[in-house]
Amino acid sequence: MHNFMKSVLVAALFAAGAHSAVAADITGAGATFPYAVYTKWAEGYKAATGNQVNYQGIGSSGGVKQIKAKTVDFGGTDAPLKEADLDAVGLLQVPTVMGGATIVVNLPGVTSGQIKLDGETAANIFRGAITKWNDAAIAKLNPGVKLPASAITVAHRSDGSGTTYVVTHYLAKQSMAFKRDVGAGNTVNWPMNAVGGKGNPGVAANVSKIEGAIGYVDIADAMKNKMIFIALKNKAGNYIVPSQDAVADAAAGANFKVKGMAPDLLDQSHKNAWPITTATYLLVYEKGADAAKQKGVVDFFTWSLNHGQKAAEELGFVALPANVVKMVEAELKQVK
Amino acid sequence: MVSSVASSATGVDLHAARISVFRRQDRFFHGLTQFFALTVLLALVGILISLGIEAAPALQAFGAPFLWSNVWNVPESQFGALISVYGTLMTSTIALLIAVPVSFGIALFLTETCPLWLRRPLGTAVELLAGIPSIVYGIWGLFVFAPLFAEYVQPSLQAAFGDIPVLGGLFAGTPMGIGILTAGLVLSLMVIPFVASVMRDVFETVPPVLKESAYGVGCTQWEVVTRIVLPYTRVGVVGGIMLGLGRALGETMAVTFVIGNANRIAGSLFAPGNSIASSLANEFGEAEPGLHLASLFALGLVLFVITFIVLAASNWLIARGRAKAGL
Repeated sequence: MHNFMKSVLVAALFAAGAHSAVAADITGAGATFPYAVYTKWAEGYKAATGNQVNYQGIGSSGGVKQIKAKTVDFGGTDAPLKEADLDAVGLLQVPTVMGGATIVVNLPGVTSGQIKLDGETAANIFRGAITKWNDAAIAKLNPGVKLPASAITVAHRSDGSGTTYVVTHYLAKQSMAFKRDVGAGNTVNWPMNAVGGKGNPGVAANVSKIEGAIGYVDIADAMKNKMIFIALKNKAGNYIVPSQDAVADAAAGANFKVKGMAPDLLDQSHKNAWPITTATYLLVYEKGADAAKQKGVVDFFTWSLNHGQKAAEELGFVALPANVVKMVEAELKQVK
Repeated sequence: MVSSVASSATGVDLHAARISVFRRQDRFFHGLTQFFALTVLLALVGILISLGIEAAPALQAFGAPFLWSNVWNVPESQFGALISVYGTLMTSTIALLIAVPVSFGIALFLTETCPLWLRRPLGTAVELLAGIPSIVYGIWGLFVFAPLFAEYVQPSLQAAFGDIPVLGGLFAGTPMGIGILTAGLVLSLMVIPFVASVMRDVFETVPPVLKESAYGVGCTQWEVVTRIVLPYTRVGVVGGIMLGLGRALGETMAVTFVIGNANRIAGSLFAPGNSIASSLANEFGEAEPGLHLASLFALGLVLFVITFIVLAASNWLIARGRAKAGL
């Protein structure tokens, strides 16, 4: 009995001790794109340090709103904030992990990478100017491929999305007409032959169910669903099939030495660079009210950048290049 | 003797005391229930006011044309409600066109002609259908119903009606499986259990003596239904249909999955469209503060008004029916 009391006391003390460590529980909210990898990192971080990190995937603009309202310790966004916006509220922005969007199709008999498109043709398809698969513009890029006369259906995200943001920005760069007709942003003005699906799985379902459909999903989802990729012509003139290596190659050619660490990763000039490459960003106050929580955010991401790369790759994300990780760490040192 | 007077006096006192306790309880109960009832009214007014405040920037920017403008262009900040209103009304109309006759049949079968041993299991099955969460209908609609619909039903509809001038237009376009018609069909499936359960319950309230008298003077089953059951239950039937309509107008998740979420009005029922509820579900999360967000709130306000009109119309229908029947 006495022993039992003792062990209860010890357990209670232990719990109290553990609790003081848990006091630095941190919460973040924002983009849904990195949700899977942040959650995975949080698991590993908790196992390693005992500290809890909670991340809610509520969408990029929600994340920006929440960090500005200071209801969370860090925000996540796919659409980087501009330098002026960051300075106005004293926010620091660093990339955490990268990914890419792929263009996928549903054409009977066509295999992954068989259909080749350049940026301008892709833009013309997505703005509804090219409406048949056997259009001369597509045929010219695909000699030897038997293209059907079927109608093209454009499958897009119906919910406001960072994936839409990056794909439309890429296409708008390739074609002024796309920029004018469709626009670039989280939610845009799709053409008449378009159909919207909710979330990446919704788009994936629409593409796989509708014959003649073309759509975009992020690399991780496209791989999971074994979808048919197209090969896209990059700036160096090579046709690239999307892969984690091609995303990494795009990052290797980018210059991250800019304020906010958000260089334009689209259409990079490296030989094997995948053109629709993107990073997701962490937003944290440079000078926060709660020093323990600020340190918690820095510790979590420093740990993740060093120990979470494999987990990220397994989930279909792409880790930041080593030199960029060093820059992010240096940047995070300024957080107080 | 003395003691008995005394005891009866205390009896009266006790009685009075008890009555005052009861009165207080009654008053407390009345106050409490009144408070609960007022909370509903307060919430209603509160929602209306906050919707109005949030929607104000959009209503100021676009004015009344917001209601009939068919532009919903986020990058250029041009917004109008017509596309979503059209989608909402169209899908709800299709849903009711199918659900009302089917529910009618279900309810009549269950109350009039169904063998007794089958009544309970069939009735429970209908009620179970009402309990399925709407997202399940959505996922089923997208992954199971839409592909089958695109492969078998849509081409045959096009083959049958494609050449007829007006009707052909309704079924034009690529058979994708998702679109306004699919959303209406899935909605009808969701609405049927509600309408059918209400109808069955009100049909059961018809006094057997009325029906038996009618059968007694030689009426057929059809005559009993149209001359006795329906006139007797008109109010309840209209109520049931309006309940179904209310659900169809506001249904979000299932519609979002299968309507195709395209911001345009096409004449074809096969074409994708958008409803108010699905627009809100899709765009609210990532809407930038400003006109986009305000316009989404304005859409919510429009849905509120549509629902209110539907309720008011049903009440008017019921009142008119009563007046006609001389009740």
